[in-house]
Amino acid sequence: MSQVATSRGRVGFIAGFLVLPLALYLTFVIWPYIQTFGYSFTNWSGQSPTFGFIGLDNYTALMKDEVFLGALWHNLLLLVFVPTLTILLALFFAFMVNAGGRSGAGGVRGVRGSAFYKIVYFFPQVLSLAILAVLFGAVYRSDEGGLLNGFLIGLGLVDPAHPVEWLNEPNLVLWCLLLVVVWHGVGFYLVLFSAAMQSVPKDIYEAALLDGAGRAQTFVKVTLPLLWDSVQTSAVYLGIAAMDMFVLVSTMTSGSFGGGPDHHSEVMATVLMRNFLYFGKSGYACAMGVVMLVLTMILSVVTLRATRRERIEF
Amino acid sequence: MGSTGEGLGRRDLIKRSAALGLITVPTMSFLSACASGGEDGSTKGPDKAAVTKENPFGVAKGGKLDVVVFKGGFGDDYAKAWEAAFDKKWGTTSSHLGTQEITGKLQTRFNGGTPPDVVDDSGAQKIKLDVLAKAGQLADLAPVLDAPSLDDPSKKVRDTLIAGTVEQGMQGGKFVALNYVYTVFGLWYSGKLFKEKGWTAPKTWDEFLDVCKKAKDAGLGGLAHQGKYPYYINVVIMDLIAKKGGLEAMKAIDNLEPNAFEGNAAALAAVEAVYEVVEKDLLMPGTNGLTHTESQTAWNQYKAAFIPSGSWLENEQLKQTPDDFDMQFLPVPLLADSKLPFEAIRAGAGEPFIVPEKAANKAGGLEFVRSMLSREWSTLFAQQANSLTVVKDGVDPKVKLRPGTQSAVTALKAAGDNTFNYLYPDWYSAMDTEIQDASNELMAKRIQPKEWIKRAQAAVDKAAKDPNAKNNHRS
Repeated sequence: MSQVATSRGRVGFIAGFLVLPLALYLTFVIWPYIQTFGYSFTNWSGQSPTFGFIGLDNYTALMKDEVFLGALWHNLLLLVFVPTLTILLALFFAFMVNAGGRSGAGGVRGVRGSAFYKIVYFFPQVLSLAILAVLFGAVYRSDEGGLLNGFLIGLGLVDPAHPVEWLNEPNLVLWCLLLVVVWHGVGFYLVLFSAAMQSVPKDIYEAALLDGAGRAQTFVKVTLPLLWDSVQTSAVYLGIAAMDMFVLVSTMTSGSFGGGPDHHSEVMATVLMRNFLYFGKSGYACAMGVVMLVLTMILSVVTLRATRRERIEF
Repeated sequence: MGSTGEGLGRRDLIKRSAALGLITVPTMSFLSACASGGEDGSTKGPDKAAVTKENPFGVAKGGKLDVVVFKGGFGDDYAKAWEAAFDKKWGTTSSHLGTQEITGKLQTRFNGGTPPDVVDDSGAQKIKLDVLAKAGQLADLAPVLDAPSLDDPSKKVRDTLIAGTVEQGMQGGKFVALNYVYTVFGLWYSGKLFKEKGWTAPKTWDEFLDVCKKAKDAGLGGLAHQGKYPYYINVVIMDLIAKKGGLEAMKAIDNLEPNAFEGNAAALAAVEAVYEVVEKDLLMPGTNGLTHTESQTAWNQYKAAFIPSGSWLENEQLKQTPDDFDMQFLPVPLLADSKLPFEAIRAGAGEPFIVPEKAANKAGGLEFVRSMLSREWSTLFAQQANSLTVVKDGVDPKVKLRPGTQSAVTALKAAGDNTFNYLYPDWYSAMDTEIQDASNELMAKRIQPKEWIKRAQAAVDKAAKDPNAKNNHRS
């Protein structure tokens, strides 16, 4: 009896706290979701309260829209590369900063100057995406005034009459953007992984050292398994960033809402915005939004399932 | 309590819900953008005064007027000056908003049925006029055209405007947008640079290429363009087509004809001419990837001989232009056997002012537009924004113009009736974008002129399939 009563009392108690946030969530998150689903079946122009119901037409058109499918492919590419590169780099740096130093008398510590590195690596994270876009706009600038071009011309690797048009090269543009995201993200995940590493008891490392494990072995056999929770969450978060990419693509590349040259850097969000705000096809854009939502949901479920492992308690 | 029997550990639960939250938040920012406000419910009954000859729309004294203007190259001081004048005459209280984010500020208001009374719908974030018109959000401005002019009540407003103004503001057969600023389009060069180097302004495309070559020999670029925005190079391509093929070629494109580009010799010649600049390596190095400010500033630093633009260029580059630069306008040079003369230029009204159909003070909005077309307000604009308006002879001769604007006025005079203007960018946003994408590829040497023609025609054919295309037609 008592068990049921306490559990019931607990439910009421928790519910009491949840009413307000839940109401807000329903109004500002769930309700727009439902509306979006609704609009995705209409030919709404986005500038008027009147529209007609057109069934699944938006979705069938979407499946034939080469620009959208190309954008989807780019998102998938980013989805693979953004988390992989960012996490690998961040893990490497975090390990070096925390446990990569030569073992001295004090046991495990980071490489020399690790406190300084930690701060420096975090710098990019404090910049907003809009500033990043301006900054890297200057790096990738397509004439000799650009940082990269200026450097390469100085070295004699690039002909000043034909500088590399980084963001106007179909084969380079996506990778240039990828680099910006990775540069921006590594610092944050480095700090995240550092924090996780610091919570790993030193004696585990010392035990590993005593057993004669080198840096690589320590990392693979000790650090990584103990950090798996953080890596998993990071992967989901970075995956979501890769599905978005709107700010960087729309500000750094050519075309209305970016995506150029000739759709080679297009991501779903830019196609969505162009259709929503520029072409007056808001119903169609809502269908894209729904597709994005479904894909992101699948992504997160798959990531969390695939990376589920036995937890090591410590 | 304990770890036994619980399917989901507490930490797991927190972690997963956090992960879910992470997904929902960024996706949401897009999805919630889709959500419109409530339906258009109450239609406000604005106070109306009696309609008289002096007050053709029945503006109520002492009402409110809500004005939103794009605060771009022209600033928004001119609008403040107008509002002050309007308030003085009608005893109204006007509210002013100058912004770059027209869509951001106004989309919800249009959807919610509470738009402002007058809007200057311009800039990169304008709400596309074709979209607004299709949604029935724009008031018919024909009554303004037929109202008596403030300067001379015996004349209708319609007769005080530069030819083409009305045509430019048509959407689906209705006059809904007053494009207020009169702009000429073409190439620009520095009079100082040309004098120094002993070059003469070219009249034919061959002479143009020749100057570009000389520029290259002198260590600078021939043609600069605003590569990140292919809109600008399209000015050159489209002007060449219109001049070579005549007005018929231009109308064929606006009217989405099946042979607008494909099989049109003038179009192919024009695209090939532009491509020659690329092939002969006469572009300013790197120009394909530069923004408009970057390339225009490079041009101001004498790094290229020519740049395409509209006559807002001088105002836009005011700070970057050296004092002795002597900015000069040049009509796009002629190809052999062109139907239009060299002096012919693309000229047209831009900066569309609209009155929303559901404006609370629609009468006030219409009266405001009528006042804009008076000589007094037109002069105010010229003083504040350093540009011309669509009012015929609308500027006091006292206003002294800068060299670039002066050269544009001279070119306009020389052109006489030989002005033309494309309407498709206002009518068909998607087609315009697709042609721009093709031009971007052409300038980067990734496609050939024939492929450009194919893609441009495909864009035209796609636009022609839109059922709304039937409402737009020019003769």
